[in-house]
Amino acid sequence: MAHGFKEHATWSPYENNGGTCVAIAGSDYCIVAADTRLSLGYSILTRGHSKLFKLSDTAVMASSGFQADVRTLQKNLEARQKGYYHQHGKPMSCPAMAQLLSNTLYYKRFFPYYSFNVLGGLDTEGKGCVYTYDAVGSYERTGYSTQGSGAELIMPILDNQLKSASPLLYPPRETATPLTEQEALEIVKDTFASATERQIYTGDGLEIVVINKDGIHKEYLDLKKD
Amino acid sequence: MAMALDFSGLEPASLRQHSYSDPAAHWEPQCSFPLPKVADLDGFQKAAVDLLKPAHGTTTLAFEFQGGIIVAADSRASMGQYISSQSVKKILEINPYLLGTMAGGAADCQFWQRNLGTRCRLHELANKRRISVAGASKLLANTLYSYRGMGLSMGTMIAGWDETGPALFYVDSEGGRTKGTLFSVGSGSTYAYGILDSGYKFEMSVEEAVELGRRAIYHATFRDGASGGVASVYHIGPQGWKKISGDDVSELHYQYYPPESQASAPDVVEEQPMQQG
Repeated sequence: MAHGFKEHATWSPYENNGGTCVAIAGSDYCIVAADTRLSLGYSILTRGHSKLFKLSDTAVMASSGFQADVRTLQKNLEARQKGYYHQHGKPMSCPAMAQLLSNTLYYKRFFPYYSFNVLGGLDTEGKGCVYTYDAVGSYERTGYSTQGSGAELIMPILDNQLKSASPLLYPPRETATPLTEQEALEIVKDTFASATERQIYTGDGLEIVVINKDGIHKEYLDLKKD
Repeated sequence: MAMALDFSGLEPASLRQHSYSDPAAHWEPQCSFPLPKVADLDGFQKAAVDLLKPAHGTTTLAFEFQGGIIVAADSRASMGQYISSQSVKKILEINPYLLGTMAGGAADCQFWQRNLGTRCRLHELANKRRISVAGASKLLANTLYSYRGMGLSMGTMIAGWDETGPALFYVDSEGGRTKGTLFSVGSGSTYAYGILDSGYKFEMSVEEAVELGRRAIYHATFRDGASGGVASVYHIGPQGWKKISGDDVSELHYQYYPPESQASAPDVVEEQPMQQG
């Protein structure tokens, strides 16, 4: 080391492209949604970037954070999914994909994917399931979740509307939220509209995907562009 | 930079090379992790933790007594100041007679304890008998020692009942492994120790021991901001572990300090009329 001063690295491999993702699980459906704004600092790079990725007919992933890492993660998982399908003759179930995503994230424990993910879909019994992750792969199955820049604004609303008894309670209490698909959709649209008002990285457009026994149905609506 | 995808999971087992001198060798699930090519790895890891704020878990405890072992934990996970979950499973069921606890990095604990469960099962298949608690904790401790200094954050207890009776080990990411009869780990551990140490008697009944564990977690969640949610309590006996209770700590508060006797509850503010004039 030279002359008693430290040189600071100015280059970072990571960037934060912002954005917010939400997923809500119902008794026989799952909704996964994300905004479509791609930012860098105070600039908007594009208003039309999708953060959703279909892994199979029963699993859709939404990721916010550094979109280059997100894209690599999506490609990695898609390759593993295809390999599984060709080897086993059937697509991966959503819980299996959830474990795979966790292991994939932990594999890069010492050079993490800067990606905050929610995975939504139907479990092997056809019930809605949502899995929420941190950047290095710790995960949990929940009834609803949100990740990204607007998460701290949206999560309290979801807690207020959707929170039910904890699955850890023993003797167990009923944890299913009896919300219909339409009611859940309205909550998703309202929370994004609210987050757009008070969060600079959230806005432009909202992509919603609904997964149920009839398949995957996509919707798009505009959000404020300021 | 080429991206090397790991397809080893897709290769059929029969095509892998067999090592006839040590057939068990190729059954060991090897983990190797890519490292960033930077001069200052420690600085990078520190910066990554600050940036990504991986989820952390907080108050866990376990103790041995005449009736076996009690293991208890809260269920809050925090990412920086944000409470990312109130329903995290911090008592991990490695197998029907072994429990592990989660404190420190949530991903580290989940991954390595699942890995431990795999290796315990492989031990059973290779040796036709269950692994001892000492053996299981040693497997984990040796793994963590090999990653010492890399930034893993785990303070875990491995508790179980084997041929020698009940056994409790504390294992951490510094590579330490200690056998003991009473431990509490996490940011709320100091509060839990206060309750545990004042109430512990080896001759306690199972009900008393369960209540001691529950109260210790409750008090830790009361005073530690990073602990909360549901206080789960497990008991380990000769037949293995059994979940005894899971109680929301805010409900426990009103059980221990009912509204009529709020005056005796710690830190309760008497309702004051608003300041005027």
